[in-house]
Amino acid sequence: MFVLIVGCGRVGSAIANSMLAEGHQVSVLDEDAEAIALLERGQNEGWEERGGRFTEGTALEIEALLAAGIDQADAFVASTDGDNTNLVIAQIAKRRFDIDRVVVRVLDPARARWYAEQGLQTVCPTQTAIELLEAAVRGQIRFEGVSG
Amino acid sequence: MYVVIVGAGKVGWNLARELIAKRHEITVIESDPVRFSVVEQELEHSAQYGDGSELWVLERAGIERADLVVAVTGDDEDNILISQVAREKYGVTRVVARCNNPRNLQHFELLGVKPAISATDLILRLIEHEVPQYGLVHLLDLPEERLEIIELEVAPGCEAAGRKVKELGLPDGSLVISILRDGGGFVPNGDSVVQASDQVLVVLDAELETSVTERFSDRSSAPAA
Repeated sequence: MFVLIVGCGRVGSAIANSMLAEGHQVSVLDEDAEAIALLERGQNEGWEERGGRFTEGTALEIEALLAAGIDQADAFVASTDGDNTNLVIAQIAKRRFDIDRVVVRVLDPARARWYAEQGLQTVCPTQTAIELLEAAVRGQIRFEGVSG
Repeated sequence: MYVVIVGAGKVGWNLARELIAKRHEITVIESDPVRFSVVEQELEHSAQYGDGSELWVLERAGIERADLVVAVTGDDEDNILISQVAREKYGVTRVVARCNNPRNLQHFELLGVKPAISATDLILRLIEHEVPQYGLVHLLDLPEERLEIIELEVAPGCEAAGRKVKELGLPDGSLVISILRDGGGFVPNGDSVVQASDQVLVVLDAELETSVTERFSDRSSAPAA
């Protein structure tokens, strides 16, 4: 499948590398041209040499989304550092480009919950951390090293 | 009326002042601590500090009883999100949003945020009015109703110049509502004669724009509008 990832920080770049390694077509959009360095960290070959696509551009610009191939995407990941940006572009991907598999990173649990109720697949790292930490405090789970 | 304004920039602050002067109850939410302290000195308890796209901040401001929510931050994605939750989560029926970058207007429309107001667009409209291109100015667009009011300059030598209104042969769904001439204006009847260099105001179905404008433009140079 063709995966478009908007926002190439720790999260976006990690997903991009995993998906590419699994043999998918992966295109990454970020407003910072230097973000490609995160995709290449710890890799022997460059991102584009391995067949990945990278586009520099702003998430809200339709031209940038099109240049990154949004009209061919089977899956869309919104992982910029802005919750509101992620929620807006995810809805654009869903409503305007009819992408079925849209996942959104939202740090604020309240917004993540409400938009999930509206039909968006939101992933809230904050909420996940709260639940894991609470379980660890209660002694219900015990981590060896880093969770996950 | 109770109004929640998100964003205490120039627009938000001045709007707050105007509404207070008109004896409305308002709350302005501002997320920048420095700006907030300045605004709070004047607006006192009507100003609240916080990120207006956080739901609890909106709730603390009493969004659920707001008659109107105005989203005028400097970030379009914030304005879209605030407007969306105001309407869809909190049931606020009247929401007005500011669109900072006119290229983002399409996103406001796609996500059902209307009316969205773009200052850049408004200024462009004014420039268009002052310096008309192709002799056509959009005075009012009602996209829902599929109607618009346009101002046209009657080009010398065009089909309409020198004819009576009833002989213009305008398509059904269009009507000349005013003729502006020599600094004045009047509402014409069927026997009023349209002269070259007049400006005419026409209300019409948006789809008829081309067939109406061609009657008023010089036949030798086709308008691009």
